[in-house]
Amino acid sequence: MSQLKLKDLYDGFRDPETIKAFKKIIEEDAKKLEKPINIMEVCGGHTHTIMKYGIPQLLPSNINFIHGPGCPVCIMPKERIDHAYILSMQEDVILVTLGDMIKVPGSNGSLQDARSKGADVRFVYSPMDCIKIANENPNKKVIFFAIGFETTTPMTAALLDVVIKQDIKNIYFHINHVTVPEVMKELIDSRDEHVDSYNHQIDAFLGPSHVSVISGSKIYEEFPRDYNKPVVVAGFEPVDVMQSILMIIKQFIENRCELEIEYKRLVSYEGNIKAQELINKYFKKSSLFKWRGLGNIKDSGLKLRDEYLTYDAEHIYKDILPIGEIEDHKLCICGDILRGMATPPECTIFGTACKPSTPIGSCMVSSEGACAAYYKYGNLL
Amino acid sequence: MKTITLAHGNGGQENNELISKVFYKAFKNDILDKSEDAAVIEDGNLAFSTDSFTVSPLFFNGADIGKLAICGTCNDLAMMGAKPKYLTCSVIIEEGFDKRTLDKIVKSMKEELEVNGAIIVSGDTKVVPRGSVDKIFINTTGIGEIQYKGISSNNITSEDTILVSRDIGAHGATIFASREGIDMNTNLKSDCASLYPQVKALIDADLKITALRDATRGGVSAVLNEWAKQSNICIEVEEASIPISDEVTGICELLGFEAMALANEGTFVLAIKNEDAQKALEILKQTNETASIIGSVSAEHLGKVVLNSAWGTKRFLELPTGELLPRIC
Ligand code: SF4
Ligand code: SF4
Repeated sequence: MSQLKLKDLYDGFRDPETIKAFKKIIEEDAKKLEKPINIMEVCGGHTHTIMKYGIPQLLPSNINFIHGPGCPVCIMPKERIDHAYILSMQEDVILVTLGDMIKVPGSNGSLQDARSKGADVRFVYSPMDCIKIANENPNKKVIFFAIGFETTTPMTAALLDVVIKQDIKNIYFHINHVTVPEVMKELIDSRDEHVDSYNHQIDAFLGPSHVSVISGSKIYEEFPRDYNKPVVVAGFEPVDVMQSILMIIKQFIENRCELEIEYKRLVSYEGNIKAQELINKYFKKSSLFKWRGLGNIKDSGLKLRDEYLTYDAEHIYKDILPIGEIEDHKLCICGDILRGMATPPECTIFGTACKPSTPIGSCMVSSEGACAAYYKYGNLL
Repeated sequence: MKTITLAHGNGGQENNELISKVFYKAFKNDILDKSEDAAVIEDGNLAFSTDSFTVSPLFFNGADIGKLAICGTCNDLAMMGAKPKYLTCSVIIEEGFDKRTLDKIVKSMKEELEVNGAIIVSGDTKVVPRGSVDKIFINTTGIGEIQYKGISSNNITSEDTILVSRDIGAHGATIFASREGIDMNTNLKSDCASLYPQVKALIDADLKITALRDATRGGVSAVLNEWAKQSNICIEVEEASIPISDEVTGICELLGFEAMALANEGTFVLAIKNEDAQKALEILKQTNETASIIGSVSAEHLGKVVLNSAWGTKRFLELPTGELLPRIC
């Protein structure tokens, strides 16, 4: 890593002149559109970029964003957080997870609250750090509460791979990995009784590049083909987002509907085959996964294959982990936000009862959630 | 708030809530209510301040907990235009702590006292059972002689220009990098330093200083937000003129942080009368080339900080909230 200059990651992709140039071209081209287009950014990372860099302020009024299902933290239902909470409260358990996850409220509180009550909860940058924790605490059970989309799944698989190869006895997994295409389909397919099919609001998708670095752009193939929705796989810098928007506009004016990659610097059609193999070796689709605010979505979750049940904390602790469903806060409209039907300020408790310091829904918890992005960066327009 | 979480110590919103709802409420008085870096007492002649220091790791690139403990309190005094004079030092040590390490820490305290021309005049030591503290906690309290009266973060107006004394976020980024074993280029180094010499240079040049504040926990973002509220003004910052080193930007990219919210231990924000801004900049540049004018005061959105991007968009810069946590991917 010391050889990699981090500067290379973003340099040039925030260049003011380039951004202004894109603004101009977009303004010109957008005039040729027959109707306004609504672009859904599937991923919270994009929502964050869009708000942080003020992208909507650069766009003509016929180009709109619809914020999508966001990030693994946003969509984690209370039931799963309760699992993490209960596991962390076991005497001999060290619960390990990634970043923001420790702030999400479950029905008893967040993992942060569990920690202030004495539970040993830790966050790591890389799942591999679990190995060090396990070695240093041979008498404890280290449970990795694994979260994330396609991006983070290979890291969990790699950890399990090492655990098996080195025969490490005290690392277990609670798996909450989910996949992006299934939720996109759900957003298009499902109907709401109250709103006359909101799917018509989504005209095109921005696909998260992080996901496609692993899975390739191929996972979105069906959207232009079967659903008539263009997809552009986009990077996270402002220049990336501007260029991707332009690519989408061009598709509309040229009457095309395709899958394109803006983030060519790392994304290919096939993706990272090695990582995909590792995932397939250890994981299989679980029939249902409940998304917070969206409900059960078929085939959208992953779980460990049966051969690896001995590493599955959900299996080992099944007697103490509740299975009932939990309702979300009555006033919280995270579900509608994640579906792209509402924006955060439409929630009656946005910024009042619900703030990043006292989040009620998870859209406010994750720094990549739509509510947090709106709260943090405001909307000066 | 039912229990205290780590977020309550972040220098941001939760921290403010804890302080105002618990401590200010109980201890209320005119001096405390000003909530300056140090209390101004004795008819404006003395500044008085205290701070406790806990850091992991104890030694990091650029400084250690000892240097930090002296700089921290001396800088709070300097920020009121005071020359640090007398400090007390109280130490809580975990049983089993290595004596040689303690010597190193104390030596580094001594060196930093000399930079400030201050002395330790009283102290206390406690040793507690293993596990009761994380290795060592140090508290320092200090008294300084005010050299320039009237500095206050409650008096900033549209006649002031906002500067920072050097590139920001280096301390916070260094601590994160060393804690997480991120193998970064070695030039990432805490900014930890005593600020009195720079403040003295500004005072000696006879500049009209309105407010000074060192941007510790909560970073520059917290300082600007507190100032905007305390003086009921809008601070407009030009994003492109905020000095941030490549290393710090790199860490922020990697972990999803904002440099404006990262802690500093030798960087201060300065509000100075418009006509003196250029001169102040020249003086600050003598210590650090990266010193910059970053913003001005307007009446756009009172109590708020607005960040203007180089491509013409605007957004609010909010107080950091929560414990700084790395993003997921
Ligand atoms: S984890 Fe990263 S890639 Fe995945 S949704 Fe969140 S921000 Fe996007
Ligand atoms: S503001 Fe809070 S309660 Fe409302 S939708 Fe967002 S997260 Fe849910």
